[in-house]
Amino acid sequence: MKRAARLIIFYAALFGVWTLLAELKIWPPYLFPTPWGVAQALYSGFQDHTFVIAIAVSLRRVLIGYAISVVLGMLLGLGVGSSKFLEETMGGLLVSLQSLPSICWWPLALLWFGLSQNAILFVVVMGSLLSVTLAMEDGRKQMPRIYGMAGRNLGASGFQLFWYVLLPASLPFIISGLKQGWAFAWRSLITAEMLYLSLGLGQVLMMGRDLNDMSAVIAVMILIIAIGYVVDGLVFKSMESRLQRRWGLISST
Amino acid sequence: MSTNAQNFASRPLPVPIDPTRVGTPRGKAGRSVAVHPLRGQAFETPKVALTDICLSYRTQSGQRMLALDHINLQVKTGEFLCIVGPSGCGKSTLLHLIAGLHQQTSGQVLVDGKRIAGPGTDRILIFQELGLFPWLTVGDNVQFGMKMKGIAKAEREEKTRYYLRLVHLLQFKDSYIHQLSGGMRQRVALARALATEPDVLLMDEPFAALDAQTRDLLHDELERIWEETGRTIIFVTHNVREAIRLGDRVALLTFRPGRVKREFTVDLPRPRVLEDPSVARAAGEILGQLREEINRSLEVEYHVGTKPHIEIEKEAQL
Repeated sequence: MKRAARLIIFYAALFGVWTLLAELKIWPPYLFPTPWGVAQALYSGFQDHTFVIAIAVSLRRVLIGYAISVVLGMLLGLGVGSSKFLEETMGGLLVSLQSLPSICWWPLALLWFGLSQNAILFVVVMGSLLSVTLAMEDGRKQMPRIYGMAGRNLGASGFQLFWYVLLPASLPFIISGLKQGWAFAWRSLITAEMLYLSLGLGQVLMMGRDLNDMSAVIAVMILIIAIGYVVDGLVFKSMESRLQRRWGLISST
Repeated sequence: MSTNAQNFASRPLPVPIDPTRVGTPRGKAGRSVAVHPLRGQAFETPKVALTDICLSYRTQSGQRMLALDHINLQVKTGEFLCIVGPSGCGKSTLLHLIAGLHQQTSGQVLVDGKRIAGPGTDRILIFQELGLFPWLTVGDNVQFGMKMKGIAKAEREEKTRYYLRLVHLLQFKDSYIHQLSGGMRQRVALARALATEPDVLLMDEPFAALDAQTRDLLHDELERIWEETGRTIIFVTHNVREAIRLGDRVALLTFRPGRVKREFTVDLPRPRVLEDPSVARAAGEILGQLREEINRSLEVEYHVGTKPHIEIEKEAQL
């Protein structure tokens, strides 16, 4: 209750200062919109379905891209985490590649895939793949060896062993990496969309810039933040707490 | 015997079955404990036969270390064999070899006369740390092996209930592992192993971490389940009395390298009681021999003289 009150006060103050600055008209409204203007932009964006379509398109892309990098990253990470040879050779490369912003792959992606959806997916995958890979590699090492042995002992091998034992056993160790991968995937997607007229939230944001409509730009920014936050809060937080409850890392009451 | 370390690789191929090593049938008359081998006994193909098992590994300083040295052991179908030895004698490793989780340097593990190739659900190992899956419920843990075998869901459910009832844990079917006590976890591990319906159950000091009352209870339960299911059990422990309490036969391993020092047949009527004088007397004989090995292990590990009486007392009381 106290926390809620503090939050309300904080956001009320934030909006108060924003409104005040906007109402003082130091800058013209097209440079510094009022909260009211942003709210209107949000409303009309949903009204004419621009935002609905953009959100649907962006979410579809990020889900496909993220799914690809989770699958690839887990396999890659499992390989690097299980093999001394791969770790010594590929390990360093993976870590150094992580310092490369994924949008740097954009020119290559354009050449390889053309000006298409696939080029965007490629950038998304390159953005999140490494986080997942490194997390899985780490998880594979941190995971107690006993689970793998117990699994083999009970007749699991190959894919079964991975799917039913190694993957669930490493989940508590890789969930933060999965979360980070998601954040990178989302950011990479918006960046790529901003460079390419392709529906999607990134393009709607750039449209706002082209029309000098800063209310719309801020409205889209709010949407991007909100979606990132909701996925983090709904998907990852609940996954994390379910894991912790199952594993007995926190009390179940 | 130290020459074995150098020349085991050049030894002739091991004979698959060695009749001199076959143990006596359960319940054979005899006083207290007797030392075998019995020569010239009629024999059947042993359920598990270890022939000339050697295992060596390279230590961090680059030396080759012989952990197991020409282990020959045979276990008959339905037999309860206990393996005792000082810690560090390689008895757990031996179970891992039988389970197919590790590979011996030389020698063979035969099950029903056939050489094993890797892990198999005919031999299930209950690990010392259990290795229960914390992400699964008790019931899902128990049916894990069946699921891997591709057994239909209805049958899995039914068998899960059967085995959980066998270990008196049916009402905990939907609990998670961390919600159970140590003794209950042991029983889940037992049910999980049994549900895979292995011919051979390998148990690695399963009751070492339990309090005395829980252990007594589990001894009774294990004996009952063994009699009900007719499984072959190989049970590793450092506790001689526990071995006498449970085993048809007890094999004593030496300390580093692990060798079979002696095999004992336990001819005491079942059910046996841990506190029974006959159990203590039988244990006394083996303890005398184990003491030498513990002395040696202490000498090696702590570089002290032979002063391990406190250790022995502790061992004897367990």
